[in-house]
Formats: sequence, structure tokens, C-alpha cells
Amino acid sequence: MDLHLKVEVLDAKTREQLCFLDKVEPHSTIGDIKSLFYKLYPRWYPARQSLTLDPKGKFLRDEEILQSLPVGTTATMYFKDLGPQLGWTTVFFAENIGPLLIYLLFYFRVPYIYSDRCAFTSSPHKVVTMACVCHTFHYLKRLIETIFVHRFSHGSMPLRTIVKNCLYYWGFSAWLAYYINHPLYTPPSYGEVQVHYAMVIFAICEMGNFSIHLSLSHLRGDRSRGRRFPAPSKNPFTWLFFFVSCPNHTYEVGTWVSFSIMTQCLPVAVFTVLGFIQMTVWAKGKHRAYVREFKDYPAVRVAIIPLIL
Amino acid sequence: MASSEEDGTVEEKENNNKKRTKSALTTAWLTFYNIAMTAGWLVLAMAMLRFYIKKGTHKGLYRSIARTLKFFQTFALVEVGHCAIGIVRTSVIVTGVQVCSRIFMVWFVASSIRQIQNEESVILFLVVWTVTEITRYSYYTFKLLNHLPYFVKWARYNFFIVLYPLGVIGELLSIYAALPFVRRSGMYSMRLPNKYNVSFDYYYCLIIVMLSYIPLFPQLYFHMLRQRRRVLYGEVIVEKDD
Repeated sequence: MDLHLKVEVLDAKTREQLCFLDKVEPHSTIGDIKSLFYKLYPRWYPARQSLTLDPKGKFLRDEEILQSLPVGTTATMYFKDLGPQLGWTTVFFAENIGPLLIYLLFYFRVPYIYSDRCAFTSSPHKVVTMACVCHTFHYLKRLIETIFVHRFSHGSMPLRTIVKNCLYYWGFSAWLAYYINHPLYTPPSYGEVQVHYAMVIFAICEMGNFSIHLSLSHLRGDRSRGRRFPAPSKNPFTWLFFFVSCPNHTYEVGTWVSFSIMTQCLPVAVFTVLGFIQMTVWAKGKHRAYVREFKDYPAVRVAIIPLIL
Repeated sequence: MASSEEDGTVEEKENNNKKRTKSALTTAWLTFYNIAMTAGWLVLAMAMLRFYIKKGTHKGLYRSIARTLKFFQTFALVEVGHCAIGIVRTSVIVTGVQVCSRIFMVWFVASSIRQIQNEESVILFLVVWTVTEITRYSYYTFKLLNHLPYFVKWARYNFFIVLYPLGVIGELLSIYAALPFVRRSGMYSMRLPNKYNVSFDYYYCLIIVMLSYIPLFPQLYFHMLRQRRRVLYGEVIVEKDD
């Protein structure tokens, strides 16, 4: 008896048959199908293929096995082109290199930004230099984490999304850098005290954020013990895990709040608020996923703000 | 982009595919709301006509209807709430953008910059909005009452072809006319240095608003054209996916 399956791939929009695969092993994965499809259509590399069982349904994951899907001897799948894709590392790199360099352009007062007589001058305020150090450190840390620490799950992201994200991050960093490094910048109302306290909190949050990223990457790397949820370790910064599911986001919000206080600049505060909203959405999603997956998930934990959110 | 023609079409698709049971209270509220808004815009239309017939000029017309216009246009914010709680099947963002752009025109351009209130462009968009809103709200009303006359449906899906571009022209010309007055008065603007290290120039903000019509208008217009072909002629249009 022939145990092989047949796979038919139709275009999700026009329903025309794009390919017909004969003699497919039942234990092949969607990833295998995508590779076969790619051989027939070289411009659609696997990362930009979306295969679904229903034209309007959710896309099938690469790890799914053909046999386990609700199909008969002939599987009909619908193909959608997701557009050009870029790997996560490239995405993060592009998103973070922009703000790093753009801020420096403003700090050094490159010509044509401010008036001519201010070109290449430096601000008399210490806080402006401190802010530059903090901002640069923050993005350098992110770049280093992108290269050495983070382990990304999904393969890629569509090009359109990356352009949108880069516009957002780059645009905002230009906007806030413009005011902080402006010749008419007004230092914080409570002077040195405000700046120093803010810097301390900034340092704590950066260290916290880094600790969490390290902890998460160890979790991912250690597949031998099966799937576990993140938990506090000996590092005091990870003790935030007692209270929240995503302390990396909590620390990140803390970083930006402290940066807002340090610079007393409204655009920074706006960026902080928008970032907080976005990170809360992400944290809530992650929290829900954890609760669903792990029956013994600690009940006291919330998504992002201890005991509150 | 102040045309409110966009929404409600998703609502129709859903109604065609599966009957969505709404509670009696929801239907009653929506019916009341749409009747009230139809009536409101009819009142505005009557007031505008009466003014013009009596005075023979459009000068001072805006001032005479400003309060009523502000009331009914602002009340439309409620529609965002409808989408948010799900009793109307349209995207919150789309409705939000449209209502906000209308409110922006009314409160931040026409009402606050007195010198342009006698411009012809203001009357142009007022007339366009009035006709559009009366058509739209009466369409929803009839639909909710399950007695939709074909001509109302025809009007809703054909008037926009002319009204939408006319409305955009009226709005753009009005903002353009307002620019010199904004520049001179420095209204809604904040300059450096200040405690919060931020600045805002309303003049450039208005220019950016005008420029934003360029990408937004064609998208909305062609979307409406596609909806029209589908609703009136049953054509299945394959839309370009994002």
C-alpha cells in the first residue's frame, strides 16, 4: 500500500494551482514542503512562504508534521507571499544602530541642525554629556546583546515592518536628541540632585535588564531539562521574577523613566509612555502564554508592574 | 481626511455572511443614535439654507451654525466607543482617525482661526460634510430598521465619488488660508527655552497635516470605490494584501 501523501499548493488569492507534489513522506514537515516549493519557485525562499490549510486560516508552523494535520491522502494548502524577510538579528541591529549614531550627530552639533555658530560646539551643562553617555551606553548594550546574548525564536520579519520600526526608533531618537543637545536646553529644575538620583536608577535598571536577558538566554540554551518558565536566581536583579513575568520590560521602562527625569525633556517622556504601552502589550501576551503553558505558574506574578499590571 | 464614508462596510460583509444577533438594547441605542445624528445634520442643513436665503451671502454663516456643528461633530466620538465595545463591526483606529480629523478641522482650524470663517472653502467642506453625513446616518438608520430603500444605498455609495474630493479640496484650501494667520499670531505654539525642553510650531504642524492628505486620500478613495463595486454590483475584488 502506498503510504505516501500528495500535496497540492494553491495560491490563496487566485486559487490557481502553483504546484503538485507527488510521493511525499507522511512524516515530512511543513519546512520540508517549503523547501520543495522553493525549488520550484526560487524567488520565494521558505521564510517568505505562508502555507495554510484554509485560505483565511493561520499559517502552519515549519515544525508541523504532515501526518498530524487534518488532511486526507491529498493535502491542499494555500500559499501566500509574505514579502521580503530579514532575520531577527539584522532587524535588531538596524533598529538600534540608528538611534546610537543619530544621537551622537546631535550631541556633536553637526552643521545644519542648529544655527551655524553652534556647529561643533558643546553644551556647557554637565547633564547633557551625562545624557549622551547614558543614551549611547544603552544602545551599545543592546547591540552587544543582539550579537552575543539574545537567542531569537522566529526566523524573520517582513521588510515593511522593519522600515516602519526603524522610522519609529530613529525618528524618536532624533526628536529627543534635538532638544537635549539644543543650545537653548534648560537643565532640570532640581539640579544635580535630580540628575544624580536619575543616573543611579538608570544604572540599576540597565544592570537589571542585562541580568534578565542573560537569564532568559540561559533558559533557552538549556533544552536538556525540557521547557521551563523563567525563575529568580542568585542574582538579586532576577528577584523581580518573583513578581513579574517580564522583568526585562519592567527594567526597560525604569531606564526610560529615569532618563526622562534626568533630562527633564518632554519628548523623552512621550517616548517613555509609548514604549510603556507597547511593552505592556508584549508583557501581557507573554504572561498569558506562560500561564497557559505551565500549570504550576506562580499565581502572585503579574505581567509587568509588580502587584499592579 | 474627513469623509466618514469608510466605515460600516465591514459591518455589511459580516451581516451578509452570518446573521449577527444583537441585543434589543443595542439595536435600540444604535437606531436612536443614528436617527439623532441624521436629525442633527438636517438641522444644520436647514440652518445653513435659511441663513443663505435670508442674508444672500455666506459671510457670517459659519458663526451662526458653529455651536450646533461643534455639538454634533464632537458627539460623533461616541462612534469610536461603539467600535471599541464591538456593537459596530469596524476598526476602532479607522473610525478614530476619521472622527479626530473632523474634530481637528472644526475645533482647531475653523472655530479657532476666525479670519478664515468667511472663506468659500469653509462653506464648501461644510456643505459636503452635511450631505455626506445625512446620507450616511440615514443609511445606517434604515439598515437598522431593516427597511433600506435602494436610493439611500445608491446615494451612500455614489455621492462620495464627487463629494469626497470636493470635501478634501475645501479642507485643504481652508487650512492653506489659515496659515498666514497662524504664523503671525503664533497660536498653539511653544518656543525654546522652556522648562520641559520641547517646542511646537502649529504652523509646521498644519503643513504636515496638509501633506498627510497625499498618501491618505487615494487609499481611502479607492477603498470606497472597491466597496461600491462590491455592494452595488456584487463584484468580488481581490484586494492587495499588506
